Amino acid sequence: MKENNNKNHNGNGHTEISGAEAVINILIAEGVETVFGYPGGAIMPIYDNLMNVEDKVTHILTRHEQGAAHAAQAYAMVTGKPGVCLATSGPGATNLVTGIANAYLDSVPVVFITAQVVSTLIGTDAFQETDIIGVSMPVTKWNCQVKSASEIPEALSKAFYIATTGRPGPVLVDITKDAQIERLNFSYSKCDYIRSYNPHIPLHMKEIESAAILINHASRPMIIAGHGVLISHAEKELMMFAEKTGIPVALTLLGLSAFPSSHRLYAGYLGMHGNYAPNVLTNEADLLIAVGMRFDDRVTGNLKKYAPDASIIHIDIDAAEINKNVKVDVAINNDAGETLKSLIPLVNNNSYEKWIRAFRICDKTEFDTIIKNEIKPESGEIKMGEVVKLISDLTKGDAVIVTDVGQNQMVTARYYRFTEPNTLVTSGGLGTMGFGLPAAVGARLGSQKKNVISFLGDGGFQMTIQELGTIMQYNIGVKIVILNNSYLGMVRQWQDMFFSKRYASTEMVNPDFAAIAAAYRMPAKKVSERDELEPAVREMLATDGPFLLEVTVEKETNVMPMVQPGASVSEIKLTH
Amino acid sequence: MNQEYTLSVFSEDHIGILNQITIILTRRQINIDSITASESAVRGVHLITIVVRTTPELIQKVVRQMEKVIDVLKVFAHTSEEIVYQEIALFKVPTKVMMSGNIVDQVVRNHNGRLVEVTPEYMVIEKTGHKDEIIELLRFLEKHGILQFVRSGRIAITRQVKELHSYLKEMDTATRSKIPEESIYN
Ligand SMILES: Cc1ncc(C[n+]2csc(CCOP(=O)(O)OP(=O)(O)O)c2C)c(N)n1
Ligand SMILES: [Mg+2]
Repeated sequence: MKENNNKNHNGNGHTEISGAEAVINILIAEGVETVFGYPGGAIMPIYDNLMNVEDKVTHILTRHEQGAAHAAQAYAMVTGKPGVCLATSGPGATNLVTGIANAYLDSVPVVFITAQVVSTLIGTDAFQETDIIGVSMPVTKWNCQVKSASEIPEALSKAFYIATTGRPGPVLVDITKDAQIERLNFSYSKCDYIRSYNPHIPLHMKEIESAAILINHASRPMIIAGHGVLISHAEKELMMFAEKTGIPVALTLLGLSAFPSSHRLYAGYLGMHGNYAPNVLTNEADLLIAVGMRFDDRVTGNLKKYAPDASIIHIDIDAAEINKNVKVDVAINNDAGETLKSLIPLVNNNSYEKWIRAFRICDKTEFDTIIKNEIKPESGEIKMGEVVKLISDLTKGDAVIVTDVGQNQMVTARYYRFTEPNTLVTSGGLGTMGFGLPAAVGARLGSQKKNVISFLGDGGFQMTIQELGTIMQYNIGVKIVILNNSYLGMVRQWQDMFFSKRYASTEMVNPDFAAIAAAYRMPAKKVSERDELEPAVREMLATDGPFLLEVTVEKETNVMPMVQPGASVSEIKLTH
Repeated sequence: MNQEYTLSVFSEDHIGILNQITIILTRRQINIDSITASESAVRGVHLITIVVRTTPELIQKVVRQMEKVIDVLKVFAHTSEEIVYQEIALFKVPTKVMMSGNIVDQVVRNHNGRLVEVTPEYMVIEKTGHKDEIIELLRFLEKHGILQFVRSGRIAITRQVKELHSYLKEMDTATRSKIPEESIYN
């Protein structure tokens, strides 16, 4: 099946090639250098052609399609380029679904290419046929099925365009096996226009001016910034806007790293396990400037008691997010960077010393009651917080941090000090356990940074532990830190707090993780004493290539503070 | 306050659009009173007309979510006052019954019904109008016995002056005038 040996040139400059070869040519034309995936019967023509371009496109064979999806997403998050993920029909495609949904909820551009059974068999429950178009419809920005080779260029060009523009998101193109084999007259041009889809919304100066008036008259304003800032590369504009106006900046989980945590205007991390100051002071603010965030319930707590005294300015590129969860006073349906750029000249130089002091007072309360003991405990077992803090100090923020989901994630978000944009890769909207290890693979392959460090729980690690095989095969230099509490810690925390300490199915009997690492020929260390921790972390950071560090941490401890379900953000509890 | 809305969803004529539109309503727990799909006045543009009952806030959210679907061009939500609308119903009734007394007369005169087929066994009556008028005729005929009854979904024409093609033109120029040097994610 050496398709490129018998290329036919027809009269009009087009080349006749197979659909599968067209797919590969398109990936190259779109600047794709790395793809993640897993082969199978229906997608074999595409894989066969991929082998011809190994010098241009690297394929990473993960150990499960879910891993390929998460890796492609993480790759997109750190590079700012679309991720690409391949899977075969049937079980290959359905295995992607969690990864697609994860990318959808976190607005990450990933082009999923699935293979489908031959077109004459579609709809007959043929071997390895699933209706992946129907299955993925609610979790993709767009999807489409291709049943003939000639449709491939248009479908894929639209896929890349839709995934990467506007509010980014995953798209899926399902290509039948016969369409991969069929030949077409190939020519390709990138898509830049779809009649029914306009991602480039003109700025309305009237709204910008209204926003500026509210900002210039506020006495207790707060900026709440999210992932949209990073997606729009608007970190500089955010900084300029904050410094000119003197308004404190709080970040959502996915917004972390959009504003340096060391900055005097940094107000902290918002949300259920976020910092005390921004949560409490949300309800004292008289103006919230929401930039590229979507008022997720983990950020707002009880909506009826959210920001009662504040006017709200909402900047978001997705019109459907505006007035969805909270009613806003000024809506700017546009790109975060473009909006801030035109807003900056209209706002006054200002400072809010008294208001900022309120944040510092709350910070001190939080430090004294929680943080001090988390990052520098005097005695007792190792705490997750001190592990994260130590790694934060030793890397000085010069790393890409990846997390799984649960207590490990919340503690990392709380105690790692982010200094550079796009240095956190985490699963926000879906909260997918098992994200952390494959995401680290994608992040390492996409990032220039030497240190890509993945903080994982013992539970989440075992959901996608097989990706250790991918790390071994390609010698991917990720640092894996397992914060082992022998529990599904976050669920146990809820059982402790809301189910009278009845630990229903949350205790875990775990294997010897270092021994597993050894089987994958990966250097590893297990630490359970405080004085062993720093040397082990230093050894990990000094190691070229992958390293697994297992830290036995306090088993039964709760991540605090916490905005309990149903409570208002200002009712955030410091202790329970 | 729940209110009746007629949604007019204009989209590209692609497979799967109906599905993408209805899942938005299902997720929001909004019942569909009626649904019809057809061509529109603009060639190649498809029109789905959906009647729902919901609140003014929710209908706006749903409209924005529908417009977010890539192949959807434009969505309007109208209250009944803002549109001219009709439904059509067909009744199959036994001829014997209809011929007793002045029933046919009443159907045609009072209810504006129309006989579309007459056989010795049955008659088919067509009635076009608003739902309550159709239901009125249904109640009337029920008393005499009905073999079959079917009512279509609502179709509607908007009273607004601006028509779809001027929206399309605006969208088109907006997009074409601002094709960026680089997309946001590159
Ligand atoms: C796929 C998936 N299943 C279940 C959950 C629910 N869940 C959230 S956190 C958590 C516990 C995670 O345990 P572990 O990975 O050990 O992390 P820890 O909280 O102990 O740090 C669970 C089960 C989830 N988020 N994702
Ligand atoms: Mg755990």
